[in-house]
Amino acid sequence: MFGRRQIREKWMLLVPAMAVLGVITLAPLVNTLWLSFTDAKITAIATPVNLIGLENYIYALTDPDFQDALWRTLYFTGVSVGLEVALGIAIALLLNQEFRGRTLLRALIILPWAVPTIVNAVAWRLIYHPEYGALNSLLFQLGFISSYQSWIGSPALALNMVILADVWKNFPLVVYVALAALQTVPGDLLKAAAIEGAGPWKRFCAITLPWIAGPLLVVVVLRTIEAFRVFDIVYAMTGGGPADSTKTASFYVYQEYFNYLRSGSGASYAVLIAGISAVLILAYYAAARRQDQGGRA
Amino acid sequence: MRRKPLHSVLLYLAALAVALFTTAPLIWLAHMSISAPADLTEVPLRWIPSEVDFSRYQALFDLESGAGERFLSALRNSVLVAGAATALALLLAVPAAYSFSRRRAPMVLLFAFLATIMMPPITYVLPLYTAFSGLGLLNSKVTLVIVYTAMLLPFAIWLMKANIDVLPVEVEQAAFMEGASTSFTLRVVVLPLALPAIAATAMLSFLVAWDEFFYALIFTNDLTAKTLPVAIADFAAGRVTDYGVIASVGVMATLPPALLAICFQKFIVSGLVAGSVKG
Repeated sequence: MFGRRQIREKWMLLVPAMAVLGVITLAPLVNTLWLSFTDAKITAIATPVNLIGLENYIYALTDPDFQDALWRTLYFTGVSVGLEVALGIAIALLLNQEFRGRTLLRALIILPWAVPTIVNAVAWRLIYHPEYGALNSLLFQLGFISSYQSWIGSPALALNMVILADVWKNFPLVVYVALAALQTVPGDLLKAAAIEGAGPWKRFCAITLPWIAGPLLVVVVLRTIEAFRVFDIVYAMTGGGPADSTKTASFYVYQEYFNYLRSGSGASYAVLIAGISAVLILAYYAAARRQDQGGRA
Repeated sequence: MRRKPLHSVLLYLAALAVALFTTAPLIWLAHMSISAPADLTEVPLRWIPSEVDFSRYQALFDLESGAGERFLSALRNSVLVAGAATALALLLAVPAAYSFSRRRAPMVLLFAFLATIMMPPITYVLPLYTAFSGLGLLNSKVTLVIVYTAMLLPFAIWLMKANIDVLPVEVEQAAFMEGASTSFTLRVVVLPLALPAIAATAMLSFLVAWDEFFYALIFTNDLTAKTLPVAIADFAAGRVTDYGVIASVGVMATLPPALLAICFQKFIVSGLVAGSVKG
């Protein structure tokens, strides 16, 4: 049914979107790549910019502070996503049971997702407050701690406390994906396994989990991509501190750009981060494609 | 199959625990926003407020008060920026989605679009900052609208494409047979059928824009363009002695997305699930 007119139209319909994305994302990406090979700085007066080859990269790759920030980011990503998935599956299994109030509980789960990231950060910061925070008071009055803790003021704890706040905001997505997947698990199969004498745990491992693994894998990779670029929650909760213990990779580059004004050097860090993200994005497409084909088969 | 009583008890306990975990931080935020300032600094905490104090909300809606001016201008900026970016993104997304759905535009291109929003914003921010600064467009709502439009566009195209895919193609074919142009068909045939999908996409887009912080932090610096997330970060970073003020701004910023999410739950959840499971 397609004439020549419609083939031309195929592109005309796409041009506005391509133009916007080209200018706002592709051009800056190329520009960042170029900057990373220069000694550019953010200055009030225009200064000549020199190409310095791989110097920024050599520095970035041997910079122990940046390596720390990267490991920190990977720790944040791994623990955050891991907890979200464990919690998400557990809650989805619960919501898949029949009980009074299930509809209400399913509706409530969306609330953390709806809370703006910055509000989430600020709310938890107040909850973690070393003197007046609800967490200290609650744990103290219940007898779990004998003295008030400085939750986000201590380098050993801070990152984990940020993770807890992040998990609280982001677990709903996993719940809903897992719940949707659980509804496709064939009940007959589970019943048959129960008759054969398989216990709940065995049925979960042998039937349910493999059945929902496809969609879960996709959402896991997606959450990994999002968690890896973490910035907002760190900015509003801890500002990267104390003692850099929550300074993530994106935060590191932010400071290199806007505190130290080294755009060339910052760009090389940004390119390295983008490279890692690119690998994750490819993994996402691989997972999503497999899922899509599996769904059709 | 009848459940054993013990099983039922455990089930309800677990459900209660989940309900508490989900709502407690929000209830606490709301609680702080209406507690008397002295209650909030008692050690150990006073869990039930000695009096209910709505004065902070009054102050937030009073342009004359310092907090009110900051809050109301940020609220206005957030509504305008998120609204305009959502409208623009949909305006661009519908034709593009139609091209992917009905004109066999290469899917690789759609994947490339989606990849642009999966990249960390830190990759784009400096060249954008330099460019907008050169154009004299820093600290402007227009800048945020442009950047947010690009940020919302890929996801909007993706969702709209998935929805146009399942619309019946026969009516469109008939329209073409009668000699209707593509733009006519899009407006008169496709658009009315896709209206629920457009509404769902618009809501999700609005919520994403409402939540955005990073670009707003870097591109704005005063009341003319600062959005709510930036204003809240400011409130929290300032020397506030009354934590209830921060809490009340947080509650106000959460209300619109929370109400949307609760009222249009089915829409939003199905959009979220579809958007995160298929690529």
